[in-house]
Amino acid sequence: MTIYGLFYIALVFALVLGAAFPLGRYIAAIFEGRVTWLRPLETGIYRLAGVDATRQMGWQSYAIALLLLSVIHFALLYAILRLQYYLPFNPLHIAGMSPRLAFNTAASFTTNTNWQAYTPEQQISNGAQMLGLCVHMFLSAAAGIAAAAAVMRAFTGRGLKTLGNFYADLTRITLYLLIPIALIAATLLVLAGSPQTFVQAVPLHTLQSGTQPLAIGPVALQEAIKELGTNGGGFFNANSAHPFENPNAWTNLLETWLILVIGFSMPIAFGHMVKDKAQGRTLMAAMAIILALGCVGAYAAEAAGNPQQIAAGVQASGNWEGKEVRFGIPASTTFNVSATGTSTGAVDSFTDSYTPLGGAIPMFLMQLGEVTPGGVGSGFYTIIVFALLSVFIAGLMVGRTPEYLGKKVQAKEIKLAMLAVLVLTALILCGASLSLMTKSGLGSLENAGPHGLSEMLYGWTSATENNGSAFAGLSANTPLLDYGLGTAMLFGRFAFMIPILAIAGSLASKPKLNEISGTFPTSGPLFTFLLIGVIIILGGLQFMPADTLGPIAEHFLLYAGKSF
Amino acid sequence: MSKAETISLFDAGIIRRAALDSLAKLNPVTLARNPVIFVTEIVAALVTATGIGALFTHRPASFSITIAIWLWLTVIFATFAEAVAEGRGRARAESLRRARSDTMSKLLVDPRDRVIFKPTPAPDLRCGDVVLVEAGDLIPSDGEVIEGVASVNESAVTGESAPVVREAGGDRSAVTGGTHLVSDWLVVRITADAGSTFLDRMIALVEGAQRRKTPNEIALNILLAGLTIVFLIAVVTLVGFGQYSGTHFSIPVLAALLVCLIPTTIGGLLSAIGIAGMDRLVRFNVVATSGRAVEAAGDVDALLLDKTGTITFGNRMAAGFYPVPGVNERALAQACVMASLGDDTPEGRSILSFARDRYGISLATPNDAAIIPFSANTRMSGVDTGGKSYRKGAVDSVLAALGVAPDPAFTESIARIARAGSTPLAVTADGKLLGAIELKDIVKPGIKERFAALRAMGIRTVMVTGDNRITAAAIAAEAGVDDYIAEANPQNKLDYIRKVQSEGRLVAMCGDGTNDAPALAQADVGVAMQTGTQAAREAGNMVDLDSDPTKLIEIVEIGKQLLITRGALTTFSIANDIAKYFAILPAIFITTYPQLGALNIMRLNTPQSAILSAVIFNALIIVVLVPLALRGVKFRPIGAAALLKRNLLIYGLGGMITPFIGIKLIDMLLGLFHVFS
Repeated sequence: MTIYGLFYIALVFALVLGAAFPLGRYIAAIFEGRVTWLRPLETGIYRLAGVDATRQMGWQSYAIALLLLSVIHFALLYAILRLQYYLPFNPLHIAGMSPRLAFNTAASFTTNTNWQAYTPEQQISNGAQMLGLCVHMFLSAAAGIAAAAAVMRAFTGRGLKTLGNFYADLTRITLYLLIPIALIAATLLVLAGSPQTFVQAVPLHTLQSGTQPLAIGPVALQEAIKELGTNGGGFFNANSAHPFENPNAWTNLLETWLILVIGFSMPIAFGHMVKDKAQGRTLMAAMAIILALGCVGAYAAEAAGNPQQIAAGVQASGNWEGKEVRFGIPASTTFNVSATGTSTGAVDSFTDSYTPLGGAIPMFLMQLGEVTPGGVGSGFYTIIVFALLSVFIAGLMVGRTPEYLGKKVQAKEIKLAMLAVLVLTALILCGASLSLMTKSGLGSLENAGPHGLSEMLYGWTSATENNGSAFAGLSANTPLLDYGLGTAMLFGRFAFMIPILAIAGSLASKPKLNEISGTFPTSGPLFTFLLIGVIIILGGLQFMPADTLGPIAEHFLLYAGKSF
Repeated sequence: MSKAETISLFDAGIIRRAALDSLAKLNPVTLARNPVIFVTEIVAALVTATGIGALFTHRPASFSITIAIWLWLTVIFATFAEAVAEGRGRARAESLRRARSDTMSKLLVDPRDRVIFKPTPAPDLRCGDVVLVEAGDLIPSDGEVIEGVASVNESAVTGESAPVVREAGGDRSAVTGGTHLVSDWLVVRITADAGSTFLDRMIALVEGAQRRKTPNEIALNILLAGLTIVFLIAVVTLVGFGQYSGTHFSIPVLAALLVCLIPTTIGGLLSAIGIAGMDRLVRFNVVATSGRAVEAAGDVDALLLDKTGTITFGNRMAAGFYPVPGVNERALAQACVMASLGDDTPEGRSILSFARDRYGISLATPNDAAIIPFSANTRMSGVDTGGKSYRKGAVDSVLAALGVAPDPAFTESIARIARAGSTPLAVTADGKLLGAIELKDIVKPGIKERFAALRAMGIRTVMVTGDNRITAAAIAAEAGVDDYIAEANPQNKLDYIRKVQSEGRLVAMCGDGTNDAPALAQADVGVAMQTGTQAAREAGNMVDLDSDPTKLIEIVEIGKQLLITRGALTTFSIANDIAKYFAILPAIFITTYPQLGALNIMRLNTPQSAILSAVIFNALIIVVLVPLALRGVKFRPIGAAALLKRNLLIYGLGGMITPFIGIKLIDMLLGLFHVFS
């Protein structure tokens, strides 16, 4: 580790957190309908779509609208991927996807996961990338943020019957938040050398005087929303390690910033919505501390390097395997940790090649439930679940039945919160465990021993938590994993989000109690550390046995002279 | 049942009975109410079967059987905790049950005629029946007096042996089944069917027999059940991960891991905590009609307290003598004593003791003293002695009798006394005005500090009084309450409660009269006095057997204590998991990856000893915490943030560290005796 490396991490945090405060305030204004600079366009969209954007929805209507949109988009995307051969913008005449790959991919992009079981350059046309994937990168991100807006509104008043209008939220978030920032970022990426064109390939004259096609396309915009919307689905297979996606160290910094900025802005927006900014800062601090520990930990692990290679004299300054020299170790680890601490899953270096501990950190951050700061919107509503559980367990210790922001946390909320936690735990552990017991699952592994276990566990974790990052080394385009992981993504998204919207509905209808000096204080350092403890214990402890057999065992084996 | 009666935490009789009960409670049908312990029992049965199977097939069985024994002990310790808590309640119920009457009652055929009655066994009485109760009879059931006046000994219910008067109409018309008529007769309309009388409900409550889970307890149970399933998944899926890694986990090992991870500590103590909370209240001579009310008490943030008897002593007392110019204070005091020698009211006595204490004046009655009693006509009283006549009385009556305008200094004194919320009396000697006496509502010592403590926990105190605004404001300021309701009547009390509730607060109040009933019902915690009317007792959700309105404050503290104890032990239980991981995980993976021995940071002897130590710790910690569960974690009025910090430190951090020490010690002990090491 060097001072420069630590400084880089500090710089990323300073840039992100510094921007999160004004952006969070702006997001709250969007949620409250106070941002109107594209009003004509906005009302035009409502008229075109035939929706009444003023109709207030209860939690059920809100959830149904969200689900309906997702189902339609899933079907549409599935059709595009199957039929891309016949659709425009397919100069290379790429064939339609197989049903199971199309299912997996449609599930992946509808759920903001962006798990890529396909190889983009070979299996998807530019048209499908733009109309299918890129559109979903905006919409699935906006849907997640909309759900977070609904959850925030639950805390703003007493006896509320409604949580807002889903269509209005979706439109406003896309128009006022995602598109403007994505456009600016895409412009910067183009300036740095990222392509944005309808041409799908240019001939490249190789040194051996032959030619080979070099894939290009509308990369810059997809790259921008890929990071901003915590999507992670790269235009190229190499994802953000590809020089067209991520040309240089500056764009790497920009992309890391894009990955984190909305996630960290959400709690700030919440603070504005509930008119208690300290509440937002407290949640943000918990997110930031865990992520910072992860960034420093992964950097330390990679900078320490591989003891065997050091002993053999092939490695001097840390573990460079699978990392771009353009970025260096701290920028690479920070990018990957940020992309797994959010549900982005983009990579600019290959986690599979990390040291065991360096690879364990991204996996553990995902297992925690994607709250550091998690996916856009989803990270917020997940940390609210943890906040409710923290208040419930520790809040009793001040001698009152637990309440969060004046809303009593009772049996119904706990039931739904535990249901949500259970869904994630069951999908990840059962999925990975059962896959490892099948021939097909074992066949997907590239490595043996604990490293292979990590590959499988990482895959199921990534899909369930809607991260989409791949450990690499796992051949995922098999019937078992296409269907299995596709299902995990859908359940991980919707079987988690709907109970939380139900919690929001239940909390919204409750009276809002006054805060008194006997009330459990949910702002300030004490609650931040309590929340971190609960996130680690309730979100992470159940994965420890499996993790011990994976990366932790590998770590100790590596230092004992065995590698995989 | 007296307040002084305390049952030792580990009374030998209760422990013996509880030990037996704890075995009866192993019935899985009843145990299923407690998901965590139920799962533990199933796992224990499974491990037992494995052990027995191994015995029969001549495979090594000692480890399985040892684990099985400790898993069973875990279950038994949990049921034991509940049984001890119930046992303490049962001891109290026994004394109540003795009071229940199964005697014959005198059922009146015609309520207007109390000569013809039909002897009817008390349990056969129905709501609406009218019975005659005569001196020496037990009152057969709860009811309302519709005719007659009598004195009743209610010691069976309240522990207070002085008889109280019960009469038709008014606020003293309720009678309780099982109490004893000392004199005269009463005609009583029965208001409760057999089995649902006040006494029956109390017995059921203190026994915990019909205990329903309270809302918070249900929520906590869901959390614990959820955690149990989460860890069940983690342990079961380990089979697949193990198979991939080339490890075969034996059932006892997986069982040990599971039972150590699921929250058995709080699961085992949860119902004991609830029963003990009710019990603490009963020991305080307060009976809650539901556990829900006890929980609500912990949440209360506005207390409505009656001024008289709660905040002040109830009687006005002399607090100062104010002479007119030309009369010295001592002379006035002397005159006051003379004027009050014949006054037997509490106010009169307070004037005498004030004069004696402050001025050292003798209270001896002169031989020739002729007492002039208070008359409604003159509104004055006094004494004629030694040729002088001393009088005292209400200021306006005295001035009217004198017929002259008073000295301006006197008028000034009177105004000052009134501003302070006190009542002035005027004193004369031989028709000459000497000065004024200030009679003051004396605020109980220490009450201001208690209100400050309540404020620190965020609870507003509201004084309720029939006094006018000026008097009310003065006393409110002196007692340090946050607000007051002056000229209180049932309607404005009810309105006030509604207003405070609409601000998102929970209100507690106490009351006794029928006209308090609406407010008692509206309040979140309504404490009815045992001496109150049937209507009040029905409307409230607690009954104070001592009829002591100051107890409201303690009731709130007991409610808080119950919640704190639950939260503290839940936190402790969950925090324990970290250490157990460090004990068990290296032990169960070590055959596959010996390098994981590095995680054995406690340096436990052998894998088997490590697993066993964790299981033993997990079982013993339940027993160790039983006294804490029964006694409750002390509530400290230091504000929520400080309280949270303190409890997080003790039960959170303590919960992380304790098992490291405990497991290591057990492992060392096992090593000492060469058990699995």
